[in-house]
Amino acid sequence: MLVLVLAAAGGLAWASERIDRSWPQWISLVVLAASAVWIGAVWVGGGAVATVELEWIPRFGIGVVLAMDGLSLLMVLLTLVLGVVAVISSWTEIEARQGFFQLNLLLTLAGVVGVFTALDLFLFFVFWEVMLVPMYLLIAIWGHEQRAYAAMKFFLFTQISGLLLLAAILGLVFQHQAATGVLTFDYRELLGGASGLPAWIMVGFLAAFLTKLPSVPVHTWLPDAHTQAPTAGSVILAGIMLKTGAYGLIRFVVPLFPEAAVELRYPIMLLGAVSVVYGGYLAFAQEDFKRLVAYSSISHMGFVLLGVFAWNQVAVQGAVVQMVAHGFSTAALFMMAGALQERLHTRDLSRMGGLWIRAPRMGAVTLFFVVASLGMPGLGNFVGEFMVLVGAFQVNVELTVVAALGLVVAAAYALLLMQRSFQGRPAPAGPAMRDFGARELAVMVVMMAALVGLGVYPQPLLDLSGPVVDGLRNATEVLP
Amino acid sequence: MTGADFQALLVHLVLGGGLVVLMLAISFRRGRLLAAGLTLLILLAALASVWWSAEVVPRTVTPLLRIDGYALYFSALFLVASLVVTLLSYRYLLDSRDDPEEFYLLLLAATLGAVTLAGADHFASLLLGLEILSIALYVLIAYPQEGHPPLEAALKYLILSGAASTTMLFGMALVYVASGSLDFAMASEVAAGGRLYLTTGVVMIIAGAAFKLSLVPFHMWTPDVYQGAPAPVTAYLATVSKGAVFAFLLRYLLESGVIGAVEVTGVLLVLAVLSMVVGNLLALRQQHVKRVLAYSAIAHIGYLLIPLIALGTSDAALAVEATLVYLGAYFVMTLAAFAVVTVLSGPTPGDDADPLERYEGLFWRRPAIAAVLTVALLSLAGIPLTVGFIAKFYMFAAGVTAAAWLLLAALIVGSGIGLYYYLRIVFAMTRPVAPAGERLPQTSASGQVTLGVLGALLLLLGVYPAPFINAVRHALSSWGG
Repeated sequence: MLVLVLAAAGGLAWASERIDRSWPQWISLVVLAASAVWIGAVWVGGGAVATVELEWIPRFGIGVVLAMDGLSLLMVLLTLVLGVVAVISSWTEIEARQGFFQLNLLLTLAGVVGVFTALDLFLFFVFWEVMLVPMYLLIAIWGHEQRAYAAMKFFLFTQISGLLLLAAILGLVFQHQAATGVLTFDYRELLGGASGLPAWIMVGFLAAFLTKLPSVPVHTWLPDAHTQAPTAGSVILAGIMLKTGAYGLIRFVVPLFPEAAVELRYPIMLLGAVSVVYGGYLAFAQEDFKRLVAYSSISHMGFVLLGVFAWNQVAVQGAVVQMVAHGFSTAALFMMAGALQERLHTRDLSRMGGLWIRAPRMGAVTLFFVVASLGMPGLGNFVGEFMVLVGAFQVNVELTVVAALGLVVAAAYALLLMQRSFQGRPAPAGPAMRDFGARELAVMVVMMAALVGLGVYPQPLLDLSGPVVDGLRNATEVLP
Repeated sequence: MTGADFQALLVHLVLGGGLVVLMLAISFRRGRLLAAGLTLLILLAALASVWWSAEVVPRTVTPLLRIDGYALYFSALFLVASLVVTLLSYRYLLDSRDDPEEFYLLLLAATLGAVTLAGADHFASLLLGLEILSIALYVLIAYPQEGHPPLEAALKYLILSGAASTTMLFGMALVYVASGSLDFAMASEVAAGGRLYLTTGVVMIIAGAAFKLSLVPFHMWTPDVYQGAPAPVTAYLATVSKGAVFAFLLRYLLESGVIGAVEVTGVLLVLAVLSMVVGNLLALRQQHVKRVLAYSAIAHIGYLLIPLIALGTSDAALAVEATLVYLGAYFVMTLAAFAVVTVLSGPTPGDDADPLERYEGLFWRRPAIAAVLTVALLSLAGIPLTVGFIAKFYMFAAGVTAAAWLLLAALIVGSGIGLYYYLRIVFAMTRPVAPAGERLPQTSASGQVTLGVLGALLLLLGVYPAPFINAVRHALSSWGG
């Protein structure tokens, strides 16, 4: 349904480049906005989107099963809204091959939406891989200086971990077949159907999702990919694609392998806590605007990992809030980095400074998102991080303390970012700098509103994802 | 022989008869179009007769040949591949100074050999098919008379392939000593005393086949021959020649019942892991597309050994099915890749689009061709929504059911490395066009159609593989093991 709409729109956008150079942008903007409104209406109306169930490869019990519950709906909505943001943020940045760019953008988004809605493991894997190819092209064609290296690294990391995921999915399915005699890839049937699964199968899933998240030992692709990608690519990567890893953890890893998840709980939570601190620590030392934001993503996603494996209601809900909030705040910061690069032709912090005078509106906006990113109460990120910490505290005190230290580090690097770019001694005067125009300001205001809303009154969101989280938790009663 | 026997043999008969007709036609009147057209007709007729033969299978026709769904599936595959190669060769040979008519004659002969191998159930027919195929290939590789590389490639292939055939022949002799029969199936009844002869013989047969399949460490000839041979012939060598040898190897291992033996599995395991890892590693630094594809083919045949090894340990039906699906997919993607190389080659024969630089900026100069090559490469890399993924999925399924963790690890590592060099080609195509880029040859209508069909197949079979899988299963249901 929605996946097809996006893919078709991509084709349309590509074709329309021949008519006029600006058509592709408009087409993708309108389609994305319309889809976002549609999904938003579904949320408000409380209705459900029809579930799609078709046979695909009966030989292996593979079907096309797409469905949308509260969690999926939330993620899809985030995807579409950030998709609009991505299109707008690259409105003037992309000069060459506009049509092909929009095609890849929309295909990536279609793949992500597919990941968030697929309920068949085979289908899930297909979407999981499919979103990579257009993303690879986005980085490889429209990226910055070292795009070839970054794109390759991104692709290799995710692909190899993806193959482990495939092996694990097959292992799970054949185990299930041996236990019940039914060969199926349907998530709903696999769920709870098999217990006593060997831990290595979970490790396969974990490898893929932790790489995507990314957690500490497998995070090194992220700074390169984020830094080298074009603005829209960074927005999608940080805002949405990282969330597919977190989504996978919530939806698949813990519910499918409750026992193994208990066994490996502390090592994984430790990884999360280490990611929080280490990511923040590295962010502190960066000279490059985008790299700094990229490392801060690692830090923020560490909270999500921590929350998911604490697996009590508060923590998981907190992880969901954190996912949404991080999506907005990081997307905005990457957009800011893109805007600065477009104007100053550099991302190097040492060549910025004192920009507030030259572009006060940009300065104010940046200040807002920097503060959000460091977890200021009243904004969405704070709610997420706070809930995660509360939940994790009930499970393990030491790790929670370590992760809480991450908040201190976050304050340090976030304020440093602000200081070095917008405050301080003005850099040698360059050419006059355009401040934000109405187009950019409008996007930023929408994202600010979202973060404030999330921070002040997160209840609608919690109501939406709550039943799903509870349902998944009930399926895994083994966990304390 | 009864009428039904002849009906089962129809593919062989049409090809053999067609050969004679084509030869006569050429000796009476030379004409490029005539020869190519006639070849196409013969191949199409043979393809049509596959369906007719399917009514009477499975059937043993003389002690030499066994025509069953398996043989017919491979025959159809070889015929389609030959069709594609014929279509590609026409434009490729158009500017050649020498007469291209005999090229088609050799192509038909090679196909006859391949089809014979697909049905071989006896060492005599095996050798017969193998030699018809190989000898035709020697000449095909050296066909363009201008230039040094084809000749070198042909000579290399001739000598090494001869050595491989001899090895295989010696292996057969040893098996004969042990079992007293040249039938494939008789090896299972060997007394304990003949065990050593038997395993030595089987291992030598495998070694001979491994050479033709270019498995590590018998792969040395592959990159040079791939690079030296004219592009359509390379396509043929990579698909039909390898497919035919694999078809016979699988049948032999299944029917002789030696697959369970520790020595045989061990040898295959070593070959598989080495091929996957070394093949992919060596491809990394190549600067020539044909050489990359050569090494990638080595790796792919290495992947194909996974179900072969799984045969001995578990669900044999799944393993055979996996092999057939993988080979089908491998044919489509390899043909697509070489089709692109062929249509970009020229204008003079021998001037193949081989160096990587010639692909720079292809995305912006010829988007359609670049798109087909991209899909073919992604398919070779096993990315979903292409047929290559379905094939790789089968490999994983076979590996997981057989609990062959070492092989799976090699598969994962190999695929990871593989991605790198496939993406390198894709990346080269997305580079900006060099200002003084040379002219690209015009693409003929037949080339366009072939590319279009292959590209569509790559995606279609990847998105909706159920009919393809059903066809394979149907073919296997009349397996006459």
